[in-house]
Amino acid sequence: MIDESLATLSDTFFSITVALYSLAVVAFCAELAFGRPARNRELVAAGTGGLDAAPAGGPDGTAGEPARARRLGLVAMVLTGLGALTHTAVLVCRGLAADRLPWGNMYEFSTAVVLVAVVAYGVLAVRAPALRHIGVFVLGPVVLAMVLIGLFLYVETGPLVAALRSSWLAVHVSTATLGFGIFFVSGIASLLYLLRSRHDERVATGEVAGGSSLLDRLPTAAALDRTAHRTAVFGFPIWTFAVIAGAIWAESAWGRFWGWDPKETWAFIAWVVYAAYLHARTTSGWRGRPSAWVNVVGLVVMIFNLLFVNLVSTGLHSYGGVS
Amino acid sequence: MTTTAPPRPAAPPTPPPPPSPGRRVLARLLRWWRQLTAMRTALVLLFLLAVASIPGSLLPQRSLSQSNVTQYFADHPTLAPWLDRLFLFDVFSSPWFAAIYLLLFISLIGCVLPRALEHGRSLTAPPPVAPRHLHRLPEHAELPSALAGPAALDVVEEELRVRRFRVARRDGRSGPEVSAEKGYLRETGNVLFHLSLLALLLGLAGGKMWGYEGSILVTEGQGFCNAFQQYDTYSAGPLVDSAELSPLCVDLADFQAEYEEDLTAASYTADLSYELDGGDPVDTTIGVNDPLRIDGDRVYVTGHGYSPEFTVTLPDGTTFSDLSAPFLPADQGTMLSQGVLKLPDLGAGRTDQLAIEGFFAPTGVLQAGVVTSVDPRPLDPQVGIIVYTGYLGLDSGLAQSVYSLDQRLIDRGSLTEQARANLVVGESLTLPDGTVVTFSGYQQFAALQVSHDPGQVWVLGAAIAVLVGLLGMLLVRRERVFARVGPAPDGGGTVLSIGSLTRGSADTGPRFTALTDDLRTALAARTPASSPSAEEAPPS
Ligand code: HEM
Repeated sequence: MIDESLATLSDTFFSITVALYSLAVVAFCAELAFGRPARNRELVAAGTGGLDAAPAGGPDGTAGEPARARRLGLVAMVLTGLGALTHTAVLVCRGLAADRLPWGNMYEFSTAVVLVAVVAYGVLAVRAPALRHIGVFVLGPVVLAMVLIGLFLYVETGPLVAALRSSWLAVHVSTATLGFGIFFVSGIASLLYLLRSRHDERVATGEVAGGSSLLDRLPTAAALDRTAHRTAVFGFPIWTFAVIAGAIWAESAWGRFWGWDPKETWAFIAWVVYAAYLHARTTSGWRGRPSAWVNVVGLVVMIFNLLFVNLVSTGLHSYGGVS
Repeated sequence: MTTTAPPRPAAPPTPPPPPSPGRRVLARLLRWWRQLTAMRTALVLLFLLAVASIPGSLLPQRSLSQSNVTQYFADHPTLAPWLDRLFLFDVFSSPWFAAIYLLLFISLIGCVLPRALEHGRSLTAPPPVAPRHLHRLPEHAELPSALAGPAALDVVEEELRVRRFRVARRDGRSGPEVSAEKGYLRETGNVLFHLSLLALLLGLAGGKMWGYEGSILVTEGQGFCNAFQQYDTYSAGPLVDSAELSPLCVDLADFQAEYEEDLTAASYTADLSYELDGGDPVDTTIGVNDPLRIDGDRVYVTGHGYSPEFTVTLPDGTTFSDLSAPFLPADQGTMLSQGVLKLPDLGAGRTDQLAIEGFFAPTGVLQAGVVTSVDPRPLDPQVGIIVYTGYLGLDSGLAQSVYSLDQRLIDRGSLTEQARANLVVGESLTLPDGTVVTFSGYQQFAALQVSHDPGQVWVLGAAIAVLVGLLGMLLVRRERVFARVGPAPDGGGTVLSIGSLTRGSADTGPRFTALTDDLRTALAARTPASSPSAEEAPPS
């Protein structure tokens, strides 16, 4: 049944992916180290109200950077892209080895979530090059997550348990993965927004000198906040759909569409928190930093749901395959 | 970000009321109502709802597993009763959880109904009057033109209609003007989304009120009918009439569990035959992810297990054969199962009762004298049993589990152990009094569940509407464009002043630029037509 050589190949790709992402992190760090503070030109961008509106410097938002930094940034992006390819190969090989969709246990599911996050970051960085500068803050957690997944969640390739043999696996788990990966990037953007906006405040009050910190090389606070919001707006309907699809599946697999199983409860909590985030963005008194905190709480809830609920609590969703 | 709060209708300016007590109460109520229906309140309530669900996932819940709750009581004898008083083992049916979501939904009604009415009106009303200062809008441009005022506005109107705006022309205080709007679906989506949430809650509530669920272990060759007395466990909503359950009877003909090479369970299937309302029996097969659905009711197979079979021969030669009871799986991986067979009716006396307690292993091996199982398939069934005789306490009026013996009876000496042994099929154990207990074989049982939830389809519809509304609300952008013409400051021609306001999209800049570029081209294209004499007069 299980094609062992493909399974081994998948594991090899996993290691290669971690290596490529780590190199990308190094390149991103070097880019930040060599890049000039992004502050001046980004402020212009914020002033004209658009991160898409080309910043004064040039069409790709990275003009004004020393050529060396730009080259390093390019290298980092290429490494990230290659990593995403081998990352995809991890899942494809797993799927082929077991002849099924490669998200039947926690190892596969979390690997897929991380891939979605990397791809989401890649899309953002290609569409708005100023966002490339958050690369190290996305790829850093990504590498950490991959190492932890490899160390603690790894399971051998195997067949699916009976309850998972349903076409709803494709619908429910794929969309949940997609939503999670997108929320991951959104949460990081909000975290960076919180850091950057506090830094800006301290620069404004003269507590610290502007242009001295790594934070000055991030996109502007406004751009980060907007990115966080836009990705959350993109992720929210997907997550809503994933929850509904899960309920439909639960109805045929477990005999009820909603039973407050711990996983269901935390999916609901996450949904409520993200709805609150979208609300907070348009509620006076909550705009800016408070709403960004809500988004960060959302990310914490999502991660908690993945780790705690699968590993610690027992429920119907205990397909983790980790003992 | 250019998002602005929707222009709320300003509260009507209440004249300082001569404070009669009645009015004061009314004013206070009104203030509470406004506070409750403010979006900020909804936000706080949303948070409360999220926080309130947390204990429901961290503490054992009765609705999920009564035995986990019992275990928690045993482990935390002082804490548990206090938690119980706070409904923390029934979080999702607790009054405080209900209070939060009811407040949220009252808030939602108060917020969405006026909005829905307002939106209904705006669907037929022309776009709003242009604001006085167009240059204060997030996007704004001034286009000089040689055209006369109305002609220039014609061009604007045409250009906007092509873009599917709804357009109104007015003569405003500062000259003729155009107001245009599109993206009404955004607001429609918003209203649909929030109303569907209400519908969803109604569906859930209805399902809870009129729904029920019963579970039963059925051994191959046996069956049951849909009545609460027959179920091992059931739960029913307060409005369920137990005499009015659908007249369904189910027999289990055969059960199969299939396994992969690595013993992962691949499928469970149960061959059933069912009768509805005394009609002809219908044969069907159900399995995991594949229940039987008959209008309004569903039958699931939720688990399976083995029932070991015993033959008991009394010293006087009386033989009781095919005695069996379901043993519950203690380990899903190997199907090592545990249970008890209670035989209250063997002898004449009240204390001649017999119980066979122990383990069943579908593929048994002995480890240090104890039976354990290494494979979930019945390749080499074995039991490890202890036989007790005495008084089972079944008629004592106290509820007791059918899957275990009451330890207190053993401690008190009402039940005494007679013998213990590990047996393979066909082997026997002889008790001191000469009674022979033979392990004669096994049967499979299926755990079946009958569910009835009249709200289910309604909830599905509402959930789909929630999603559709959400997509409309998040993907459609609502744009308003206003334009006005005035004389150019230098006296030559006119100046078209145009501004726009967009909700729901960040990239408004490029779209507005595209609009003004097109307008510029269109205005330029019209200009020759407005002074034909100059160009068309052919030079001789
Ligand atoms: C279960 C409760 C609720 C949920 C899950 C929910 C969810 C949402 C979501 C996801 C949005 C989209 C925000 C956006 O456009 O970016 C929204 C918008 C909105 N909600 Fe709610 N809502 C709830 C209750 C309420 C209540 C009680 C009110 C009023 C008091 C309300 C008022 C609004 C308003 C005014 C908007 C428009 C914001 C905008 O267009 O940007 N909501 N709601």
